[in-house]
Amino acid sequence: MGEARFVAGDKVRTHTVDPPHHTRLPRYIRGQVGEVVEPEGAWPLPDDRARDLPESRVETVYAVRFAARDLWGEGTHSVTVDLWESYLEPAGEDDT
Amino acid sequence: MSEDHASTAIAARVRRLEERLVDAGVVSDAELDTILNRFLAKASPLNGARIVARAWVDEGFRERLLDDANSAIKELGLSLGGDHAELRLRVVANTQTLHNVIVCTLCSCYPLQLLGPSPSWYKSLAYRSRVVRVPRDVLAEFGLHLPDDVEIAVWDSSAESRYMVLPMRPPGTEDKSEDELAGLVTREGLIGTAAV
Repeated sequence: MGEARFVAGDKVRTHTVDPPHHTRLPRYIRGQVGEVVEPEGAWPLPDDRARDLPESRVETVYAVRFAARDLWGEGTHSVTVDLWESYLEPAGEDDT
Repeated sequence: MSEDHASTAIAARVRRLEERLVDAGVVSDAELDTILNRFLAKASPLNGARIVARAWVDEGFRERLLDDANSAIKELGLSLGGDHAELRLRVVANTQTLHNVIVCTLCSCYPLQLLGPSPSWYKSLAYRSRVVRVPRDVLAEFGLHLPDDVEIAVWDSSAESRYMVLPMRPPGTEDKSEDELAGLVTREGLIGTAAV
């Protein structure tokens, strides 16, 4: 595993890919922009483990916070989800 | 991922494996029950309550708990390890302006060692799907009516971290001992569906 790619405060967007195998990227946050709360250490990627791949990737997991109004169009609460690094990409300049 | 655990392929596999091991004389039902009971005897919401009570009476412990919960709970002889690799524990504190609530939308991740077996509603599709969408309504249905100016933070424990809520110490408990305070803490308070 390399260095953690993101730090607290980074804006990230989750992937929209719906893989044909197990994943731990919940559907309700796919394609959404959130803010990294904190890295949580490195853990084997469940997508690889569930497929019995000979070598599971080990990646940093991040707590990422999403605003309810971004997810549902309303609401004032936040939802923080633990996500493996390969589920995330840096959010672009235009993302809020 | 949303079906009941008892009907999943892995549950069927575990049942078959258990039958084969018992048939082959590798292990007996009684031995398996002993192991499970040993785990469950240690896994109780009393553990979570002890952690909370200590945090209420010891500011230094509270800070260590919120900073690095895995290390802090070792001071009480507790751990999220056991027979398998230790999971990360994150304790999130309620304040006058912030209320935390825990869910696992993908399945039923839960800090068993500190809270005991999870309540059945925690694994229900209704709780898992609604608490991330309308948490204020869900909490009201539990009887917890939060003022409008209290923000709600929902934590979806979808990976290898386990979450526990640190409730606020109730007013009027200044004279209570640590043990008495632990007696006030409920399992629902540690999940975030009750105040204490």
